[in-house]
Amino acid sequence: MTTRWFGERVLRSEDERLLRGRGRYTDDLGEDALEGCFVRSPYAHARVLSVDVEAARRAPGVRAVYTAADLPFGEMDLPLLIPHPALTQGRTQRCLASRMVRYAGEAVAFVVAEDRYLAEDAADLVEVEYEPLPVVANLEAAAGAERLVHSDVPGNVAAELTQESGDVEAALEASPRRRRLRLRYERGAAQPMEGRAVWARWDAGEQRLTVYDSTQSPTSIRGGLAVLFDLPETSVEVIAPDVGGAFGPKIMLFYPDELLVPHAAMQLGRPVKWTEDRREHFTAVNHERAQLHEVEVGYDDEGRIQGLDVDFVHDAGAYTPYGLILPIITAAQLPGPYRVPAYRVRFRDLYTNLTPTSPYRGAGRPQACFVIERVMDSIAAELGLERAEIRRRNFIQPDQFPYDTGLSWQDGSRAVYDSGDYPRLLEECLRLLGPRPAGDNVGMGLGVYVEGTGVGPYEGAHVQVLVSGKVVASTAVPSQGQGHATVFAQVVADALGVDVADVEVHGGDTRRLQWGVGTFASRSAVMAGNAMHVAAGLVAEKAKRIASEQLEVDSADLELAGGEVRVRGTPDRAIPLSTLAVLSNPLRYAFGGGAEMATPFTPKPRQGPPLASGEQPGLEATGYYSPPGSAWASGAHAAYVHVDPDTYRLEILRYVVVHDCGRVINPLILEGQVQGGVAQGIGGAFYERLAYDEEGQLRNASFMEFLMPYSTEVPELVIGHLETPSPLNPLGVKGAGEAGVIPVGAVVASAIEDALRIRVTEMPLSPLRLFDLDRLRGGGRR
Amino acid sequence: MKPPPFEYHAPSTPEQAVRLLAELEDAKVLAGGQSLIPLLNFRLARPAHLVDINGLSELDRVYERDGGVAVGATVRQTDAERRPLLSERCPLVPLALRHVAHRVVRNRGTVCGSVAHADPAAELCAALLALDGHVVARSVRGERLIRAADLFVGSFETALEPDELVTETWFPAHAPGDVALVEESRRHGDFAMAGVARAGRRLALFGVAPTPVLADAEDPTRDLHPSGDLESSPEFKLHLVRVLVGRAA
Amino acid sequence: MIVNGVERPRPGSARRLLSDYLRHDLGLTGTHVGCEHGVCGCCTVLLDGRPVRSCLMLGVQAEGHQVTTIEGLAPSNEALHPVQQAFKECHGLQCGFCTPGFVLAIAGLLAENPSPSEQEIEEGIAGNLCRCTGYASIRRAVSRAAELSGGSRPE
Repeated sequence: MTTRWFGERVLRSEDERLLRGRGRYTDDLGEDALEGCFVRSPYAHARVLSVDVEAARRAPGVRAVYTAADLPFGEMDLPLLIPHPALTQGRTQRCLASRMVRYAGEAVAFVVAEDRYLAEDAADLVEVEYEPLPVVANLEAAAGAERLVHSDVPGNVAAELTQESGDVEAALEASPRRRRLRLRYERGAAQPMEGRAVWARWDAGEQRLTVYDSTQSPTSIRGGLAVLFDLPETSVEVIAPDVGGAFGPKIMLFYPDELLVPHAAMQLGRPVKWTEDRREHFTAVNHERAQLHEVEVGYDDEGRIQGLDVDFVHDAGAYTPYGLILPIITAAQLPGPYRVPAYRVRFRDLYTNLTPTSPYRGAGRPQACFVIERVMDSIAAELGLERAEIRRRNFIQPDQFPYDTGLSWQDGSRAVYDSGDYPRLLEECLRLLGPRPAGDNVGMGLGVYVEGTGVGPYEGAHVQVLVSGKVVASTAVPSQGQGHATVFAQVVADALGVDVADVEVHGGDTRRLQWGVGTFASRSAVMAGNAMHVAAGLVAEKAKRIASEQLEVDSADLELAGGEVRVRGTPDRAIPLSTLAVLSNPLRYAFGGGAEMATPFTPKPRQGPPLASGEQPGLEATGYYSPPGSAWASGAHAAYVHVDPDTYRLEILRYVVVHDCGRVINPLILEGQVQGGVAQGIGGAFYERLAYDEEGQLRNASFMEFLMPYSTEVPELVIGHLETPSPLNPLGVKGAGEAGVIPVGAVVASAIEDALRIRVTEMPLSPLRLFDLDRLRGGGRR
Repeated sequence: MKPPPFEYHAPSTPEQAVRLLAELEDAKVLAGGQSLIPLLNFRLARPAHLVDINGLSELDRVYERDGGVAVGATVRQTDAERRPLLSERCPLVPLALRHVAHRVVRNRGTVCGSVAHADPAAELCAALLALDGHVVARSVRGERLIRAADLFVGSFETALEPDELVTETWFPAHAPGDVALVEESRRHGDFAMAGVARAGRRLALFGVAPTPVLADAEDPTRDLHPSGDLESSPEFKLHLVRVLVGRAA
Repeated sequence: MIVNGVERPRPGSARRLLSDYLRHDLGLTGTHVGCEHGVCGCCTVLLDGRPVRSCLMLGVQAEGHQVTTIEGLAPSNEALHPVQQAFKECHGLQCGFCTPGFVLAIAGLLAENPSPSEQEIEEGIAGNLCRCTGYASIRRAVSRAAELSGGSRPE
């Protein structure tokens, strides 16, 4: 097998179409569809006394208005996706609230009309009578439990879970030094440029439901719809067409519209489409990040950690559809790249009257990294050590892999780091960072992280060589900009010895491959990439089998290159893959295109049945990859920043990333992921903030006031690579989709602390926050 | 986020426009739309009528009069920015314009529209006040001049009657060397948390009060009681005013 | 109004936003809608050659003007416009949703200013949000586009 494409900066095959404006995002489709619009609760907590839709039903162009009472599944709680024994008080919402709303933005009614303008006019006419109730507006209030989000959930505690590795009490007792920290991470939101959208068609003649959904998991949606609507899953098709960014919130399922839109389509006998607008995206699409940590760390005079005791609360929001994955990830990832001989972590997942939380790029890791990196910096400060040095002294060493943390991981098994070289990451990062720029109010920040990637259960791929010689490959994972079509084509092209331009890749379409999980948790390259490798490998073997019969040469003496199967050392003895594709399918009838060679009266190399026992027609195969464990990527970020001493404006002077995601399939695409992740991290560290008030109202639900970085706020990055291949999968790859964002909060905090000499224990920051912190410690220049 | 229903009117002369404003109940003027249309899309504004003045071509002019330069109601901010007449005679105006939002917004937004909208954080309103300019307000009753000091009465509130249309904004001429505009915002192009427009010795603050306010360079925060917003508290705004006044000197 | 060189009828409803008119009445879905309050730039089109937010215009306001959408940028099915070509070479797009807005904003910039400075490039793209790329590759694409259009890279 050649590796001509693996590791190359292949330009993307997706681009031409997208650049010409020929993208097919969900709202671009279904021109003849009716359009939907939600009525959502303006209150964060209220009893719903009545919902009057009569005027709305009579409004021009309206085809239906649904309340919970109108739905056969109106009393059904939406699925709790990832059950866990510790989640003893899990709660999920219903499609449409009928008795209680628990967050501002929760859906109460659904209008379907000829177009969105008319649907919004009708939604204005829906009258809902609410009885506002006391609001649990943030984590502190949730923990204080003076008010409850769910009246039957004591203390607002959905779950409590403690893990311990080693004896933390003893370790802390025995530590020469101890300190406590209290750290806070506020809510954040992914805000992809394309909001959510769903378009459904019900074909009554064929009894088939087809749904286009801007989702990260078509297979899950399909499975759920089949169950809910009592349809055979083979009658339900779900496709994620082009998706304009996702970053996590689109792996959440089921949003109410994902059931309501298909239901309306089936009821009304017309296609129905719903496209959210940005305002509703702010509260109707899941958030993440909010946690409060109490940490106690014990260490020696050299700064080596002896024991780490962490107690944190995680903001679940009003419901727990995604189970406990986020705090589990935080808990497991907190020790990071460091040896922590004794570690105990307890978390409580708390309800608040706010939008539910589920993964957003990083998924609990940014918080974990922030905590441990602040711990490192604070130890360094106390001992007068360089921040890089403190990390060197605590790193897991390269000869300690596989490294079993003893902690429970999000795939149900243990977190065991497969490979890595953290000291080298750090050294390379510092080397690229270079000397500190001259000038006042300049600070250096540092952050090192690990990331468990490539989580299972599995992914699959179908690869087929067409009679034209071109290759078509399909996988269940959809793409939201990561360049899957290019990256997977590279893997397949290598296995089949063809040009990458001759491989067409499809994803996210249950019609093409119905088995798979989805795109999340930095898993696609590992899971689908390896599945592509497996499937293409099977096709290559079959091609050689057929060729070996034709050429009367042993398979072992054959190789694939240049679109052919050829005899090693005798390249003119070769058969094109296109021919092998024809020959793989014994025919009765020739229909052109070389088909004659597979018909009954042409010479056959072998006696017996035309299709040998155990063989299948076609030069195609389906292959699957299921990982023995996560592949652990890692990285080190460092930055120089300048903080204006008068305005507290932040300027990032230099930002370096050295990351390790094992072997890299396409460095161009990888760097794009890193740059994009860091940009989101910068946004989350210094610009973006979900400004909720005491009533659980989001005060900045618009792009004018929720400040995502423009180009002017994001610097050019210096990106270095390190490759410690994963021994766990054939390609040796690790995931990279979330890498850029994980340590940015820690780095920015570290740098600002260095520049201004004020303690930073929270995220996000802002000029206002720095002004206040500066004044609190008695500083400030004017 | 689609606009609610309204009646749409597109007059082609100022006479027609002011007659419509006089006759119609609950009408709003649509010029650049960069402030109004978001309000319509959010359904925060639900006017019964929109009077689109983009067709009033006779107001598409920038000309000298009375020792200053008048900018007509339909002149786009980008065009005003690039007019030599303004750069030469009223340099504070193009300087202020360069701070307004982003190029793409200035390609549609109008100078008079920004002034009539009276956003407390608007650079142009502060520039007008610093320069002691005026607007010409026209209605079926005739025309009147409203000086900047009298025009801005509150947050997004002007002294304009509901049926008055700003047909031009007049800026007095001033020397190029002696103007400045500095502001502090979160991102490039954002609304200012605080800002200072200086013309000679006159300082106009913006973003720190319901309207632009004149300030004394020696004691710029005297009598200033800003309200906070999401990105800047009253204390921070006062602090920024002191910083920015120093930088504008 | 003239859209991509073709005469088009007046929108049926005055409140129909230009963005919706282009996308749904004319089927030109290359113009995207990200926020509908004029901040993200996904809806950017050229109005008489100048970048504007189509979500902040009523369709009827485009009467008497020339509108260019992303579909109208490359005149034929073969050659990409230099800005499009540059984006491809520089990996200036990932999900592609913000891309038409950026491409048109940059095409508008380069038409007026074929050799923009770094500062002018920054200003030209300052009003468009991208959530995927982190902008570095987009900035590179603008320089490359200037080069491909016969202008010059900034010093």
